[in-house]
Amino acid sequence: MLSELTIGQFFPGRSPLHRMDPRVKLVVIFTYIVLIFVPQNWLGLGLGLAFLLTGVLLSQLPVRLILRSLRPILFIVLITSVLNILYIDSGTVLLQWGWLKITTGGISNAVFIALRIVALIVGSSLLTYTTSPTTLTDAMERLMSPLRVIRINVHEIAMMMTIALRFIPTLMEETDKIMSAQKARGADLESGNLLQRVRALVPILIPLLVSSFRRAADLATAMECRCYHGGDGRTRMKQLHVRRSDVCYLLATAALLAAMILCNLLLPSALI
Amino acid sequence: MELLKAQHVSFQYENPEEQPLPVLSDVSLTIRRGEFVAILGHNGSGKSTLAKHFNAMLLPTGGAVWVEEWQTTDEAHVFDVRRTVGMVLQNPDNQLVSTIVQEDVAFGPENLGVEPSEIAVRVNEALRLVDMLPYRDHAAHKLSGGQKQRVAIAGALAMHPDCLVLDEPTAMLDPKGRREVMDTIRRLNRENGMTVVLITHYMEEAALADRVVVMEEGRIVQEGTPREVFSQVEPLRAVQLDVPQPTELCYELRRQGVSLPADVLTVEEAVEALAAVWEGAV
Repeated sequence: MLSELTIGQFFPGRSPLHRMDPRVKLVVIFTYIVLIFVPQNWLGLGLGLAFLLTGVLLSQLPVRLILRSLRPILFIVLITSVLNILYIDSGTVLLQWGWLKITTGGISNAVFIALRIVALIVGSSLLTYTTSPTTLTDAMERLMSPLRVIRINVHEIAMMMTIALRFIPTLMEETDKIMSAQKARGADLESGNLLQRVRALVPILIPLLVSSFRRAADLATAMECRCYHGGDGRTRMKQLHVRRSDVCYLLATAALLAAMILCNLLLPSALI
Repeated sequence: MELLKAQHVSFQYENPEEQPLPVLSDVSLTIRRGEFVAILGHNGSGKSTLAKHFNAMLLPTGGAVWVEEWQTTDEAHVFDVRRTVGMVLQNPDNQLVSTIVQEDVAFGPENLGVEPSEIAVRVNEALRLVDMLPYRDHAAHKLSGGQKQRVAIAGALAMHPDCLVLDEPTAMLDPKGRREVMDTIRRLNRENGMTVVLITHYMEEAALADRVVVMEEGRIVQEGTPREVFSQVEPLRAVQLDVPQPTELCYELRRQGVSLPADVLTVEEAVEALAAVWEGAV
């Protein structure tokens, strides 16, 4: 049950998006996530979606995978769409039933916002699907390195993230094991009301907590054995180089921003 | 040539409320370059504590530990000591730092500040030595226990150590993983001349070593070649250790009056000795 989680999943490959400098990729996708909230009309949004589609094509990932990333947010998309359709009252009335009124404006608004959310999720999953967790934290460490000036220990934050990501699967496996062990002892995890179920989790969380402390102690020993002494004087095997293609991606993103702003200025807003 | 040297080492955990608990008392041991030494003992005999003294994870409360020309209490050389003595721990899950195999192997040399191009060379070399090169880009958590432990060995090898100290590396593995790890350790010792200190409580593993050191209650109670040590069944039983199964079989038969040699170690030797007895009887 726990293995179905796709957050932070990485699918190795050699596509242009996989080979993109992770710092550039991080910047492009974060900018994109913000950008997708800029457009106020269909042309702007269309540009954003076209940009995303190019990204999907560049990633060479199966479409099935991209769609799977949308599954967890399907519910949110549906709710927002329904609310938009029901509450927005503009344009021609298509259907009226008592106080319920469905208008063209409502539908257009709902589609617009749903597309925005979809673009947001697909964009961020492109990042995690094509970048290994360690590369990602590595890129974050390098991007945040200017923060060292204000005495933020960027290396430690990145190391914590690396370790957290490394231990997610291990701890999940352990949770499954403890759950089986408690079930074998007669623990009932699946019935009862919410409060009872939460209470049933306690005998699972406590062994998990204790064991993760033990793991942490072990890992600290192992890291010390391998001469770990913080970020000072540390080198990295993977060297990052910004290539010409990376510069192109950055320019394309800047162009997208400019185009979206232009659309907003020149065309009337489609949102109510 | 001496590589590791423990001189009259004693160690006790500081415990303000109770009587201090001695874990090691007056342990002296020398490991020479290229040697394969097994330290044998049951739980609580102090064998893991001794192992942690060899890379300055623990410092002796009495006596001294030397690694090459450095004393482990010398803080200026603590990283030289840890680079020289690569350590592999018991739990394969808890000693891998990175998600991806090759990034984990790179962790040691990265900490040492090795040049990036040189790290890549070392990582490949270390993974090749433990037969894990095809798994370079694999996720560490998806490997089997034996494979994880071999990656951990590669992680130590990538620091170019002179010696490997393995603290019960097979205790949490299935028989297949245990065989993989032991084959790797033996090969590193035989073919690459790596000095190996293996902490174990498996007799069969200790029998592969050049020298066996038996510990009990923080002291060394026996020392010698596997043949010398295991031929003495009673003293080993006195410290709650068994002997390898073939040795035990011959020992029991000898007690029943069958004339068999006392120093049988492997299955093959046992077969040979028994065949000789059989032929003599016919």
